[in-house]
Amino acid sequence: MVEFTLPANSKVGEGQTHVAGAGATRVRRFRVYRYDPDSGENPRLDTFEVDLDQCGPMVLDALIKIKDEVDTTLAFRRSCREGVCGSCAFNIDGTNTLACIKPIADIKGDVRIYPLPHMPVVKDLVADLSLSYAQYASVKPWMQADTPPPTHERLQSPEERAKLDGLWECILCFCCQTSCPSYWWNPERYLGPAVLLQAHRWIVDSRDEAAGQRLDELDDSFKLYRCHTIMNCTNACPKGLNPGKAIGEIKSAIARRR
Amino acid sequence: MEMRSPLGRVRGLGSAKDGVAHWWAQRVTAVALVPLTLWFVVSVVSLVGADYAAYKAWVGMQGNLVLLVLLIVILFHHTQLGLQVVIEDYVHGEAAKVVSLMVIKFTVVLLGASCVLAVLRVSFGT
Repeated sequence: MVEFTLPANSKVGEGQTHVAGAGATRVRRFRVYRYDPDSGENPRLDTFEVDLDQCGPMVLDALIKIKDEVDTTLAFRRSCREGVCGSCAFNIDGTNTLACIKPIADIKGDVRIYPLPHMPVVKDLVADLSLSYAQYASVKPWMQADTPPPTHERLQSPEERAKLDGLWECILCFCCQTSCPSYWWNPERYLGPAVLLQAHRWIVDSRDEAAGQRLDELDDSFKLYRCHTIMNCTNACPKGLNPGKAIGEIKSAIARRR
Repeated sequence: MEMRSPLGRVRGLGSAKDGVAHWWAQRVTAVALVPLTLWFVVSVVSLVGADYAAYKAWVGMQGNLVLLVLLIVILFHHTQLGLQVVIEDYVHGEAAKVVSLMVIKFTVVLLGASCVLAVLRVSFGT
């Protein structure tokens, strides 16, 4: 039934404040979500004052500086620091995005950093994405072709290749996936925008021969049609992609083959 | 305690292979409602202030009666299609979901049938 009460450990309390050292010239406050499920304590918001004159320009630079110099227990994922790996996806200033390509200067007031919404939290800013990864695996994100492989590559014309533009760039950071209210309400059954964009990437690939079976799998009130074109996904995508449009094209493909 | 793998949970009972029919019906009824609603609003506005006899004469015209019955049937069909989506979105217990869906569908059919009957009685009544 509809849940009106919050589950245990949902209330976020006020945490510690770490004041910038004397001589700091350009101080900015970072409000960071902290939670350790093993501790049994409720989550808290810690405040870190960072001197921007001693820090790189991006939100990730500040997080790394905080972890290096102030609180080494802060947990978050990061790797490439240039918007390619998709590890440092957090909810920053109210929108899911990648910390490494989000300039601190773009944010007015305190910089609020939370983990991706509506996912189980492993610790602090690390969300458990196992379910989304499994959903990605469930759409068989690899080429399926019955035609025997040629002695060279499977060829594709420039026009056919162009159909993958706007799809292949997805780095699976799940900013869109976890911004979608439909995904929040039915995460076990709705595949979500990131996974559907990836599914579409294979449906339109001219080298793939399994579009029919792929559409069979997606023709389901929950897997696909939970999308109500809310468009939070497209709004959130830090790579400027349009998962909402990809989902619309899957629906259109299923309608066309009726 | 659930020890099932995430992939097992996600695959679940598999695809229903049926979702497009509901989605398409919602679109078709929505498109049909655009002209019907416009026609209805214009008609009612033109009858503002008229007495019962004028309304009865209006409903008594073959074309008006057909369009009015179509408007009611399509409107309530569209309503139940939409409400079903709302229930599926927000109600998660299987029993609660089935019961809510039945209550909504029965209510919509009851209201729709009552409306159609009322229109027919006005149209054919003395």
